[in-house]
Amino acid sequence: MIQEFKKVWKQYTIGMLWLLGLLWPMLGIHADGTLTFQKTVTVWSYLLAGTFVCLLIYVLNTSGYLKFVVDPISRTTGKIKSATSALPNWMWFTLVLVLALIYPQLAGRYGTDVAINVLLYICLGLGLNVVVGLAGMLDLGYIAFYGVGAYTYAILNVTYGLAFWVCLPISALTACIAGCIVGYPTLRMRGDYLAIVTLGFGEIIRIILNNWMTLTNGPNGILGVKPIGIYWPIFENGFTFEHLWVKKLQLFYYFALGLAIVVAIGVKHLNFSRVGRAWESIREDETAAELMGVNTFIYKLLAYAMGAVFAGMAGAFFAARMKFVSPESFTFLESAMVLCMVVLGGMGSIPGIILGVLALIALPEVFRQFDSYRMLIFGATMIIMMLFRPSGLIPAKRVGTRSEEKEG
Amino acid sequence: MEYFIQQLINGLTLGGMYALIALGYTMVYGVIQLINFAHGEFFAAGGYVGAIALAYFAGVGYMDSHPVICLTASFMIAMAYCAYLAVGVEKIAYKPLRKQSRLAALLSALGMSIFLSNGMMLTQGVYDKVYPSELFQGRFDFGMVTISYLQIMIVSLTACLLVGLNLLVFKTKIGMAMRATAQDKTMSALVAIGSNRIISLTFAIGAGLAAAAGIMYGLYYGSVKYDMGFVPGIKAFAAAVLGGIGNITGAMIGGLIIGMVEIFGAGYISGEYKDVFAFIILIGVLYFKPTGIMGENIDDTRV
Repeated sequence: MIQEFKKVWKQYTIGMLWLLGLLWPMLGIHADGTLTFQKTVTVWSYLLAGTFVCLLIYVLNTSGYLKFVVDPISRTTGKIKSATSALPNWMWFTLVLVLALIYPQLAGRYGTDVAINVLLYICLGLGLNVVVGLAGMLDLGYIAFYGVGAYTYAILNVTYGLAFWVCLPISALTACIAGCIVGYPTLRMRGDYLAIVTLGFGEIIRIILNNWMTLTNGPNGILGVKPIGIYWPIFENGFTFEHLWVKKLQLFYYFALGLAIVVAIGVKHLNFSRVGRAWESIREDETAAELMGVNTFIYKLLAYAMGAVFAGMAGAFFAARMKFVSPESFTFLESAMVLCMVVLGGMGSIPGIILGVLALIALPEVFRQFDSYRMLIFGATMIIMMLFRPSGLIPAKRVGTRSEEKEG
Repeated sequence: MEYFIQQLINGLTLGGMYALIALGYTMVYGVIQLINFAHGEFFAAGGYVGAIALAYFAGVGYMDSHPVICLTASFMIAMAYCAYLAVGVEKIAYKPLRKQSRLAALLSALGMSIFLSNGMMLTQGVYDKVYPSELFQGRFDFGMVTISYLQIMIVSLTACLLVGLNLLVFKTKIGMAMRATAQDKTMSALVAIGSNRIISLTFAIGAGLAAAAGIMYGLYYGSVKYDMGFVPGIKAFAAAVLGGIGNITGAMIGGLIIGMVEIFGAGYISGEYKDVFAFIILIGVLYFKPTGIMGENIDDTRV
């Protein structure tokens, strides 16, 4: 153990001293001409203690001192895994579905509100997953399509009085068109340029939403968007339909759940279809894919368009739920947050993304007192995931086996 | 005509700052082929440290007696701090991922960017940090055209830094080592150039220049904010791409062009859409001439 520790203690000490040097000017120099050390040292010592515990666990683990804890845990998780995989998949789906269906009865108004948020983000995450996880193109302006969908519904509803169910396909269509407009010039670019150009496009769309006063009412946003309307059959005096507004949160929850299920099934079928295989081949090696006869341009454009369609539908639901849209909901940080969910859960894996959304939306609601640290933790999560587990919490199942996996 | 010349001077000032930021992008990209998303945050951190240092000097009372020394010291402190920060960031977030896929490094860089900007917010607060405005009050008036002392200071300091960087990269042994590492890491390692050290140095120099730009930005616009690195960061990246990424001279010219386009676009077309022009140039350049106006300086190793 001492030897293991010797290897890392030097790096650790240098790192922590480095951190102290970075923290002090930000916390210790004051405008009244005084220098203090106390606050810096307090913050630093918390970090020191935290990282030291992590380091100690790491060292103990690598040198095998934690076998008596780790081995039983891994054995039990292995047992649980084999037991769960023995159950057919449809049982899991039913279980999750039943839980999701009875959830609003158990949770209060606040819990339902959070759950609706989670469901909308699941749609967004799954849509982004098509672009990033399946086709392997980093899209940093994804939230713009969400915005396009939301604004389409808001404008059509407020100005022309069109109903939600008419606007939903139109929202999807406009988002799809926006996706193609963004995609067409950008798709000839190489990977990392694509990221920054999509970021630029996302900002352009946001700036347009912010400044086109006559259409979008600028930074004030659009007020008075109608909620979803449904026709509910009533059987008094024969058989008539009554028009209802979905104002109750619980009812809206079921609509959002329906959307999430539709999107999840859609993404799953896309993933295991010919199109999904084409995307996967493009992700792994674009040149090889093109040589094998995959029309890479069309498929990449399709990935963009599909991602945008899902975002557009989620956007229409968002507008219907909030009854208000403004450009502030569609900033770059939102894009980064959705991306963080996809990365955390596992790119290309549907259960992974659902878990990622739960972790990043539901957990901060539980730890409300640390709310200001939220984005800080998001950023750190992204780095840590990339460093230690790039494939995410629940890695995606691959369609085939790759040559290097066979060897290993 | 006077309006045109006035805009030209404003554009030169802004373009100089963009050029300083763009150099960091282009140098890092030249050496390790990574878009350093956190670079905009180095710029913001430089602005913050400059504001803190100037406020401290004002609090102690040196500001009234020796303003020039205080300003120089603030520049030095901010540049050193950002260089120090950048080296740490590189060691933690980028170095372990050098062998991994591009996407992994890019996501890590993005995470770092979010982490740093929120770290600044938590330590320094969400509100704007104000720069002292009593520095460089004077101005020259030529009829309708006015040039403030501050603009002269910014442009001349930018020019000095750019010339200094050019000398460093093209005339010294360190610069030669940097160019060799950018061309071929394995071969340069064979002739005893430590690539890790050169990469750290590249990050440090790039971040130092960004920090200088951050202080200039703060002095020019009067305040800094924790999220101010985002938009100038993208614009500077557009400048780096416009000049041909990996190409140092290209980044300088690209920065000036982007600054001019922004100022003239805001002056003659629309002030509200001024941020859009840089993005449109970026997309246009990548679509029609992805190697930029000066050409890329590195071999095309990307797929």
